[in-house]
Amino acid sequence: MSGLLIEASNPLCLLQDAGRFGVRHLGVTQGGALDWVSMRWANGLLGNAPGAAVVEVTLGGFGVVAEADCVLALAGGDLDARIDGQPLKPWRSFVLRKGQRLQLSQPLSGARAYLAAPGGFDAPQVLGSCASVVREELGGLDGQGKALAKGERLSWAGAAPGVREVPPALRPSLCGDGVLDLIVGAQIGDFAGQSLFEAFNRAFTLDSRADRMGIRLLGPALKYQGAPMISEGIPLGAVQVPPDGQPIVLLNDRQTIGGYPRLGALTPLSLARLAQCLPGAQVRFRAVVQALAWEEHRQYLQRFADF
Amino acid sequence: MNARIEVVAIDCLMVRLFEVIEESNMPWLLAASQRLRAVFAGNLVDLVPSYTTLMVQFDLLVLSPNEARGLIAEALTDLQPDSAGAGQSHEIPVWYDLSVGPELALLAGRSGLPQAEVIRRHCAHEYQVFALGFAPGFAFMGLVDESLAAPRLATPRKRVAAGSVGIAERQTAAYPAASPGGWNLIGRTPSTLFDRQREGFSLLQPGDRVRFVAVDRATFVNLGGDDTPLECPP
Repeated sequence: MSGLLIEASNPLCLLQDAGRFGVRHLGVTQGGALDWVSMRWANGLLGNAPGAAVVEVTLGGFGVVAEADCVLALAGGDLDARIDGQPLKPWRSFVLRKGQRLQLSQPLSGARAYLAAPGGFDAPQVLGSCASVVREELGGLDGQGKALAKGERLSWAGAAPGVREVPPALRPSLCGDGVLDLIVGAQIGDFAGQSLFEAFNRAFTLDSRADRMGIRLLGPALKYQGAPMISEGIPLGAVQVPPDGQPIVLLNDRQTIGGYPRLGALTPLSLARLAQCLPGAQVRFRAVVQALAWEEHRQYLQRFADF
Repeated sequence: MNARIEVVAIDCLMVRLFEVIEESNMPWLLAASQRLRAVFAGNLVDLVPSYTTLMVQFDLLVLSPNEARGLIAEALTDLQPDSAGAGQSHEIPVWYDLSVGPELALLAGRSGLPQAEVIRRHCAHEYQVFALGFAPGFAFMGLVDESLAAPRLATPRKRVAAGSVGIAERQTAAYPAASPGGWNLIGRTPSTLFDRQREGFSLLQPGDRVRFVAVDRATFVNLGGDDTPLECPP
């Protein structure tokens, strides 16, 4: 029986999948891996379904010991992963022998790493997903949303495939140029002209006030001139501007409805990139239209099919 | 009815049906929801209704934004309000008491009404569920009698007990689970509002109608209510 015993964990080590859908009208948030591209590669390396359950490790602090020989995959940020002290670079599947220890300790590049196992980690489906949302007490190993904890066991049922790696040309660059594509829409027409100019021509800095609900950006204060809003549905990646004018990018664990004006929403590819940025990183918004972003996204997905 | 379709994300379009919050919006929003679900069928990822809008998330692997727009237009053609009153009616028991609803005193003070009259007015109206949000199963309902309207607490409580019933401006709601919260609390319901084992998960769904019924402490406890006094001061 394959399994991993967790020897180190923290509140940012979470079981995740593609997220929870079809329940947003009940006030249930989406959840799911913040960097869906890396999750998808971790799963793809093992021949898993794209949204099979993975471990999302943010910044580090996660360690396991193998209870039997196994094949696992690691993708995303380089969190100084090591097997019994020997460096293990991400974007590959690898063998972990019985008794060997895998540790992820600190961000060398990027912010989040995804660990996958053949067939996906075992976890109960809660409202159609095992995505851990601590606030809503949904998902995770116990179904109650808790983060992974020392002493818990991770298991899976799939057969071990051969090891392989993602060709460098197919890997995403982690927060390379810091450009975030923003699909213009929502209340963008109700912002001051000067604010729109600044939104797309000045840099913003990632604040340390960041979690799975949203990331606050610091930069020029953006001024909304429209009428007060009535709460409405909020999409993934919405760039909302509260009264202090500092934008917040809303992520997977965001609330389902809200009443702050929005410039639009980031593309899924930009969200994956943003999920790998650390506080202090500089980003810029680039305006894109929905139809072109959709085309680009569909084209990008082809690289998973080609692997 | 003049609906607008707005871009909100790569796979989301906002259907804006109204500009102001009215109870009479709901039959239209319900009818539009049903039509959208039928027209999109399996290609609808999520549909998020709120007071005046419906956010449609479509499957971007199957539909282009333009195709989704076309389906929305088709769904809204010759729309008629669902005046048959789709959506269920609920009676929700509430134990109104200062120990679990300390702002009963505040609302009485603001309005100049006795506490018993505040309770009577809160129970007198059949509310509409406008939207769910904030937390799983948290239903925003209205409209509360103007004499009971009060702004949210300046400093939200760190912890509000599950079942707490509150008022914010002209809306009322019950907290399905313990959480931080800034609403004016007036009582507590023993009803389970969100249950992952229940079909549909949430007792209250958008478009449902709700009447609160005052019960005494013994009844509240018999129905499974937890009468532990609220710990956190406002």
